[in-house]
Amino acid sequence: MAKKIAKSYIDRVKRENAKRDKKTITSIENAADEIYKKIMRKGKPMLRFPVRSLSNVSYDKKKGYLEIGKARKERTLTVNTVKGFAQTLRMMGLSRELVQTNDFATKRDVYYQSKNWAEAKFSEQSESDTVMDDIEALFSVDDVSREQLRFVPDEHGGAVAGELVVLDPDLDTGEVERIDCTRFGSGAYSIPSSVEHLSFETKAKFVLAIETGGIFQRLQSHKFWKTADCILVSMAGVPTRSTRRFIRRLSDQIKIPVYAFVDCDPYGISNIYRTLKVGSGNAAHINRFFCVPSASYLGVTPQDIIDYDLPTHPLKDVDIKRAKDALKNDPFFQSKKQWRDALEQLLKMGVRAEQQSLAMWGLNYVIETYLPAKLANSKKFLP
Amino acid sequence: MPRKKPQASRTQAASKPTAKKKAAKKKVSKKKTSRKTAAAACRRQGGLFDPEPAASPARRKKKTANKTAKKSPRKSVSTGQVDVAIAEKMAKKQKDISVSEFFAKNRHLLGFDSPARALLTTVREAVDNSLDACEEASVLPELIIDVRATGSTQHVVTIRDNGPGIVREQLPRIFARLLYGSKFHARKQTRGQQGIGISAAGMYGTLTTGKPMRVVSRISRRKPAIELVLAIDMAKNQPVVKKESEVEVEWAHGTEVQIELEGTYKKGKHSIDSFLDQVSLANPHVKIVYSNPIDEEPIIWERVSKVLPDPPNEILPHPHGVELGILMQMMKETNSRTVSGFLCTEFCRVTPNVVKKVSDETEGLGKRIDPDRHPKRLSTADVRILHKGIEATRMMAPPTNCLSPIGEDLMAKTLRRNFDPELVITVTRQPSVYRGNPFQVEAGIAWGGELPGDDLASIFRFANRVPLQYEQGACAITQSIVGTPWKNYEIQQARGALPTGPLAVLVHIASVWVPFTSESKKAVASYDEILKEMRLAIMEAGRKLATHLRKKRRLADAERKKDYIKTYIPQIGIALQDILTLSDTQRTKAEGNLSDVLERSRKM
Repeated sequence: MAKKIAKSYIDRVKRENAKRDKKTITSIENAADEIYKKIMRKGKPMLRFPVRSLSNVSYDKKKGYLEIGKARKERTLTVNTVKGFAQTLRMMGLSRELVQTNDFATKRDVYYQSKNWAEAKFSEQSESDTVMDDIEALFSVDDVSREQLRFVPDEHGGAVAGELVVLDPDLDTGEVERIDCTRFGSGAYSIPSSVEHLSFETKAKFVLAIETGGIFQRLQSHKFWKTADCILVSMAGVPTRSTRRFIRRLSDQIKIPVYAFVDCDPYGISNIYRTLKVGSGNAAHINRFFCVPSASYLGVTPQDIIDYDLPTHPLKDVDIKRAKDALKNDPFFQSKKQWRDALEQLLKMGVRAEQQSLAMWGLNYVIETYLPAKLANSKKFLP
Repeated sequence: MPRKKPQASRTQAASKPTAKKKAAKKKVSKKKTSRKTAAAACRRQGGLFDPEPAASPARRKKKTANKTAKKSPRKSVSTGQVDVAIAEKMAKKQKDISVSEFFAKNRHLLGFDSPARALLTTVREAVDNSLDACEEASVLPELIIDVRATGSTQHVVTIRDNGPGIVREQLPRIFARLLYGSKFHARKQTRGQQGIGISAAGMYGTLTTGKPMRVVSRISRRKPAIELVLAIDMAKNQPVVKKESEVEVEWAHGTEVQIELEGTYKKGKHSIDSFLDQVSLANPHVKIVYSNPIDEEPIIWERVSKVLPDPPNEILPHPHGVELGILMQMMKETNSRTVSGFLCTEFCRVTPNVVKKVSDETEGLGKRIDPDRHPKRLSTADVRILHKGIEATRMMAPPTNCLSPIGEDLMAKTLRRNFDPELVITVTRQPSVYRGNPFQVEAGIAWGGELPGDDLASIFRFANRVPLQYEQGACAITQSIVGTPWKNYEIQQARGALPTGPLAVLVHIASVWVPFTSESKKAVASYDEILKEMRLAIMEAGRKLATHLRKKRRLADAERKKDYIKTYIPQIGIALQDILTLSDTQRTKAEGNLSDVLERSRKM
């Protein structure tokens, strides 16, 4: 019986993968074909890339993420762009090959692969990274993500602990690996770089995304997930793409709320939390895959600093600049009055407080007092 | 050249002790000679030609004598008798200092401060004189220069020209008397100016080696050449003919000077080689054959022009350039009987009408000077007012047909011959005026070819076709080159430095009176008018250079892009074939189309 379920799951994953791969290949081939046809008509071929900058980003409340605008820049094949054009096309060819052979390549791998391209090879990895970003943007218009192009990030995902079973199908053996995130002892489950094939089983009530490893460690070793009935995810600073995608898929599939627990400073608010919830400004073309619109902000809020009488540090110049910038330029904060008030309050107080400053009241104050008090009042979380 | 200074003082310091020691001996011999007849003295003095500068004791004593003489009246109150005796005794020692003696002591002023410079200066002075003489006689100059070592620090320099030669009577005075010549009083563009050079070289040679100079001159094929062995009586600044004879020579006319002197031969920026190379740059009509102690074969610069430069005309001084003292002197010596007549005949651009304006100006300056007054009866105060009046009056600029520039074409030819560059640009400005002296500036740029690309630009400075080799930093020419915005002309330039690149920059100033910063003609003084003209000339040349360089770069760019197309189009072909599984024919076709499209767009 279990085997039958596993088989159908694997088949489903395989079907979905095949569908995605077909779409990827079609996208690549269409793009190449357009260029080829233009050449055969003796015209100048061109590629159209979405403009990647904050000026071409808008926040759609309904969709819940920073969305890239309609602005496109055309790159026409001229004498000056012929090298970049050749490299872009060669990399598209590589992507197609990776899909066909069911393989993947990191940025570094791609850089070394290019060494086979004679004069079109890259001399620095930064050059190949730029071309990869271009291709990613190019195909994001067709809803094809970088992972689907089989370019995977080198970076690690975050850590997960708590009431969650991750189903990880092995397409070669047909087995489905059941990973129980409660059974890692004092360790934790590490999010893989590609999460598209995973599915989840859980009875948890919410996901708690934590900024620092220190707090995650404390909550994990005291089995906070058991008492609060939740899933703990460590973001370790700004969450990586796979961490964001993992949380997104989790919240999509099992429809539980995601709470962010970060430092109370402009970096924690406008970089970590904003990126988790609505994506980043300069990679807006991928935000639709990598945002968690259902996330809300548990703490630490500026009001918490007052309510819990937390020890603080003065805001640095860069903090003040970042907060003002968020108020002035960021479409997300501009559309949320509660956030505007909170940021202004923070600027007025002129201080910041870390998650771990709660330790002043006792090392486990965060578990015993702060989090239960906050969770009892989840309506008050910042949007 | 600050590097030279210490050397100069060392030479002087070294010569002082000898001078003191021999002072006593000298005095004795001097008393003797003073009693002899002039002719006998001449012969004897010739024999006395040795390195000791006889002048020094006399000169030093004179100073002290003056001091004591002033104090003596006070002393006389107590010891009257002794005083008169001392003053009279001192009076015997107080006498004229000869110019020759002065320069023997101050040889650095004339460019004889180090052995290396002495050798160069000797050649320079001889070349200047020869070229001026040839041109005045309308002969295409051909110089044969030979520098030969007679010891590690001793050389014989022989310079021969094909000029008109010099008559027997003038030979001694021209070569063995300082401040004698035809050029000092003439307001005319010449190489030499004061008439010190060649005689100073001869004197230096005799001072350092004890050997007199030898001069051979022939004025016509019909007459034999005359050879003189000459020395200078330094005390009297008079030539001494030590030997005279008629000699056989294979040349029809010209002059040959031979001086043996203490000097070291070296290569490099301040070498004779470099000097002659530069002479050939500014003198396209000159042929030079030069043998030096190191190279086996003589170096020859063939002339690139068979046309002599237009002979420069002599002009009257312009009133705006005259100094008060000179004006007074001129008024004392004039034959005119009115101020008006004096001004009109002794200066250029002055008419009775202009004199009237000057007279009107003097009225505003305190006293009206009547143009009909006799020039010799004006008081000093009156002359001063007249001088100011002249300054304040606007008048026509001096005539400029007295100048003889090298010319754009010939300058380009010599630059090509000497540097074999990729590009030559030359500019000759219109004449202009500073302080009443007409002058004209020319600039030439040689770019590329064999010129070193990573070094600072080589600078070649010329005044009246004479290369300036020293004190580059203090020269108006260097200032104007540094002040030129080379970056605008596609040439690199560090802040406040010469430009960097495969560049040779030539600047020539021609004038009836080039303002030098010192007597030895090393650097041009920075008058605003001169700086401005130089800057304009260099900038004009720079703009033309930039046009060329931009065009060159555009072509290189186009070439590079062409390569680009050839290199990367196959890669596009491979990628398309890969993704779309094209046949080889399809790929080749696509690549061909793409090249066509890009080539077409490149040309547009």
